[in-house]
Amino acid sequence: MPASAGRPRRAGQPSAVRSTLVAVASTVVFFGVVAWVVVSSPGWPAVQASFFNGEVFASSAPSIVRAFWVNVQLFLIAEVLILALGLVIAVLRSLPGPVFFPVRLLTTAYVDGFRALPGVLVIYILGFGIPGLALPGVPVEPFLYAVVALTLVYSAYVSEVYRAGIESVHPSQEAAARSLGLTRFQALRHVILPQAVRRVIPPLLNDFIGLQKDTVLVSYIGVVEIFRQSYIQQAGNFNFTPYMVTALVFIVVTIPLARLTDVLIARDKRRQAAGGVR
Amino acid sequence: MTAPRPGLSPVGAPHAATTAAVGPGEGPALVIEGLRKSFGKLEVLRGIDLVLAEHEVVCLIGASGSGKSTLLRCVNLLEPIDAGRIVVEGEEITAPGVDVNRIRRRIGIVFQAFNLFPHMSVLDNVTLGPRKALRLAPAEAEARALEFLERIGLADKAREFPDRLSGGQQQRVAIARALAMRPDLLLLDEITSALDPELVGEVLRLVRELAEGGMTMLIATHEMGFARDIASRVCFLDAGRILEEGPPAAMFSAPREERTRQFLRRIVEAGRL
Ligand SMILES: Nc1ncnc2c1ncn2[C@@H]1O[C@H](COP(=O)(O)OP(=O)(O)O)[C@@H](O)[C@H]1O
Ligand SMILES: [Mg+2]
Repeated sequence: MPASAGRPRRAGQPSAVRSTLVAVASTVVFFGVVAWVVVSSPGWPAVQASFFNGEVFASSAPSIVRAFWVNVQLFLIAEVLILALGLVIAVLRSLPGPVFFPVRLLTTAYVDGFRALPGVLVIYILGFGIPGLALPGVPVEPFLYAVVALTLVYSAYVSEVYRAGIESVHPSQEAAARSLGLTRFQALRHVILPQAVRRVIPPLLNDFIGLQKDTVLVSYIGVVEIFRQSYIQQAGNFNFTPYMVTALVFIVVTIPLARLTDVLIARDKRRQAAGGVR
Repeated sequence: MTAPRPGLSPVGAPHAATTAAVGPGEGPALVIEGLRKSFGKLEVLRGIDLVLAEHEVVCLIGASGSGKSTLLRCVNLLEPIDAGRIVVEGEEITAPGVDVNRIRRRIGIVFQAFNLFPHMSVLDNVTLGPRKALRLAPAEAEARALEFLERIGLADKAREFPDRLSGGQQQRVAIARALAMRPDLLLLDEITSALDPELVGEVLRLVRELAEGGMTMLIATHEMGFARDIASRVCFLDAGRILEEGPPAAMFSAPREERTRQFLRRIVEAGRL
């Protein structure tokens, strides 16, 4: 979108058409120079052969894209669990009064703990540790432990996002709800949470993007997903192009989400500005 | 326009009203006795005694920070009290073990800053209490809400969101929200203070209609002309005590206490009397 759209133009200010042309030209020149530097480097032919091999690309892409379906299942199932568990933790952590001190203590420990541990470590510990106990009836499917590990780690982050949202709702909103005779739970459910969640949708989407990428970590416990599949293809072809296929898949999936997040943030800003003048 | 209702305007020394306000055959709508409230070391209410008869309208006046909002919030149990007791329609609402949600359903409060729910339509704002606290069927709650929106002249805004309304309209919706609970007692906390001057009239007109309809109201206000018109009694709150009270005519023309005179003089200078 041209930057000057909607603003009155003064003499000497470039027209919208001109700014667009300048933007296009400078972009072409910039990326042209970068491409030229890369392509004319001494190592380029070797890099091109091992990273951008068209034949390997075509032969490995179908199996890699198919393996990505495992990642999709992983992050969709985990995201549903994360959003629910994160909300429960955030609400429990926001309970006031001395009676709920143990609840706050436990949830705080949970959040601190799972934010401190590297995600891959949690995946390892659960994925190898629990089946390793060899208890009767305990499942061994790595996919299950992958979902659990990602849910534990990400719900800790997401609960903090929710909590920030809850605290951003002014206490007078709760007072207004309670003054009608609503219980604390009803006030939370109908007045506070709807406002809180709406405000934190952009950061929740950000964490969702992070989750999508972190699904590749579960390849360490033997889930054959996109990263594992591209490793298999790389080893079979003695060529790194399969990793470029994987990179492309993630770019295609996450960039629209990132754009959507930006659009939502911009919309919130406009709404707040509109609400402020009244 | 609203002459003080005969028989409901106890005249006399402060706190003598405790018995005078009770009409024959019906108890007072509200009794406050020895109410004390502190925030940390700051004692904001230092022994409040006040009685409102059924259908009585009492205005609280006093400087900013004198404790008007705190008093109203205590009556609605939004603040726990430190000492004293509050009795509404014969029931002690400050007794231990009382269900605060049930009490709050009977006592409406309207805030200075409206505090409408911004994520809900006007209609949902008004039906929320009846649906969730009174557990009315949605259709019934909606019919009731529309009836009140009709009365405040905003039925055509039922589907709008609060941020599409003017301040005066928002405050009228907040009043309708409180009324939809059909409360025994309505508390109004400086409900015109956040409004542009040209929007004050529409809100005060609505409150006048409520008074004429017999609603029992305790009103914190800086609108002295309004207080003079509508109140059967005016209480001057100073440093957490009711320093002086009486019918508005007497209070505004011949206040006994020097502090009251000072306060009223400042109000006159600000052009509000
Ligand atoms: N929640 C609170 N915590 C601490 N102090 C408070 C709180 N609410 C009110 N106060 C203090 O109590 C005093 C009376 O406040 P308030 O009842 O709002 O007075 P008014 O409504 O007459 O202006 C003020 O000094 C105010 O700062
Ligand atoms: Mg106040």
